[in-house]
Amino acid sequence: MKAPPGPFRPGFWRSPLRGPWLTTVLGTLLLCGVTVVAITGFLSHAAYEPGIGHNGIVDPARDLPLGIGWPAAPAWLYGLTQGLHVNVGLVTVPLLLAKLWSVIPRLFAWPPVASAAQAIERASIALLVSSGVFEFATGVINAQNYYAFHFRFVVAHYYGAVVFVASLAVHIVVKLPVMVRAYRERGVLGPLREDLAATRPEPPDPDGLVARAPAAPTITRRGLLGFVGAGSGLLLLANVGESIGGPLRPLSLLAPRSGDPGPGPNGFQVNKTAKVAGIRPEMTGDGYRLVLRSGDRELRLTRAELLALEQRTEELPIACVEGWTTTQHWTGVPLTSLADAVGAAGAGELLVESLQASGTFRQVTLTRTQFGNERALLALKVNGADLSIDHGFPARVIVPALPGVHNTKWVAAITFKGTT
Amino acid sequence: MSRFRRRYGASPLHALAHLAAFALAGFALLQLVDARDAGNVLVWFIGAVVLHDFVLLPFYSGLDRAAQAIGGRVPAVNHLRVPAGFSALLLLVYFPLILGLSTPKLERVSGAPAGDYLGRWLLITGALCAGSGALYVVRSRRAAAKRPPGTSAATRRASS
Repeated sequence: MKAPPGPFRPGFWRSPLRGPWLTTVLGTLLLCGVTVVAITGFLSHAAYEPGIGHNGIVDPARDLPLGIGWPAAPAWLYGLTQGLHVNVGLVTVPLLLAKLWSVIPRLFAWPPVASAAQAIERASIALLVSSGVFEFATGVINAQNYYAFHFRFVVAHYYGAVVFVASLAVHIVVKLPVMVRAYRERGVLGPLREDLAATRPEPPDPDGLVARAPAAPTITRRGLLGFVGAGSGLLLLANVGESIGGPLRPLSLLAPRSGDPGPGPNGFQVNKTAKVAGIRPEMTGDGYRLVLRSGDRELRLTRAELLALEQRTEELPIACVEGWTTTQHWTGVPLTSLADAVGAAGAGELLVESLQASGTFRQVTLTRTQFGNERALLALKVNGADLSIDHGFPARVIVPALPGVHNTKWVAAITFKGTT
Repeated sequence: MSRFRRRYGASPLHALAHLAAFALAGFALLQLVDARDAGNVLVWFIGAVVLHDFVLLPFYSGLDRAAQAIGGRVPAVNHLRVPAGFSALLLLVYFPLILGLSTPKLERVSGAPAGDYLGRWLLITGALCAGSGALYVVRSRRAAAKRPPGTSAATRRASS
């Protein structure tokens, strides 16, 4: 059967750079990137401790057994893993685009299916490419708070990642011999030494990546890889400042959280304002009492009474799942002191409830490791001043290495449960 | 060649690896089918890759082919490709902010004014184009200085 005209014809694809070696190099770099992104993504899932309380956004009964007992030290751990997830993800975007460009003739292979093995392989590649593009697209727009989709981001991004990892694993198994052969025949770096005059198409390959009627080269292979790498660097520079702060923060011109949060001790990034969370000033006024519970015991403390307890000051980050981090000096009561106050020194879990009437994170359950860390606070002040209402006045939780949204603001009640 | 390989087209390992992957992917897809707005997930799963393979890639390939048709003292195409590619890459990744699609939401939840992303993107694009243009002028002058006068651009391209 003759191939239909256009991209199905072997002569349609003209680039002299396409070939097994180029795809192998791009694939190797892409694999490094997505490995970091996938591992840090699953680590983030584990950091939310989805198996306890109502923490699970993905139904725990349907979840994979990936819990690892997320630690509470070092304090910057979640900022590091999630900063890597988002920033390496961005760096990987140009690699994904270049990799897909390098193999696009395969999409139009003719005949479309030559054997059962090829049919099954094409099905797995359809899953791989669609889940890969889906993961990058949803992750990138979610970090910009662009909710163009109706599904729950966390659920779809999580299971989409499982599809991606499964189809990627089998793709590696199938393509490893092709990659090894490409590196053996052409060398790992050999073609990078060629200037434009020496840039020639690779020898014809059985997969049809190499153009049958190549055009004259307009760029070297090292030029193409440099172009892709510089694109990665540009994306990194445009964003990474909101993850690591310091002098890079003003350079991150396109980072979603680059808006000026204002001056003063409370002048740092707010994830969600009191107004958006439905917190009204009267809820945090003189009538405010923090409820502490353990079994039948219940204590109700005013903010003045909380301030009269022994205070501790810690420099701790808030690290958001969206990849931005801000480190501040927090002052408040250690959560372990509150456990002692209600006779719950041996509690195994801690349920924090917010004044917020609704929202996924109006309640959070912390593990013993998390709330038992000596630096874990119910913070009342930040940088020496009372918390602003947008930062959680009258009191908020701040725990080292905890995902940002689990540091509950406007804390209404703390309930100690279970035993260690 | 074994009978299996003759009939299937690859080794049994190929089949087993794919079946294992399909089982795990099938598990994940089943969870998505039961999740809220499963139809919307499917639309995005297929839509994203269709947009890439049949809109984005043909679009930039077409532009690139058009750019290759432009000649000059030194090959101009890379001086167009690089700034245009970087600018398009930034737009592709940051379009919700640049086009103001998510900035109202971001301002509302963060309580801070969103940056002027469109302005910044235009400035970055302008700087990239200006830098590439300046480099092109320098390279063209150098190329002209090296060549004996009277050689036409076309013959130089043919000989390169």
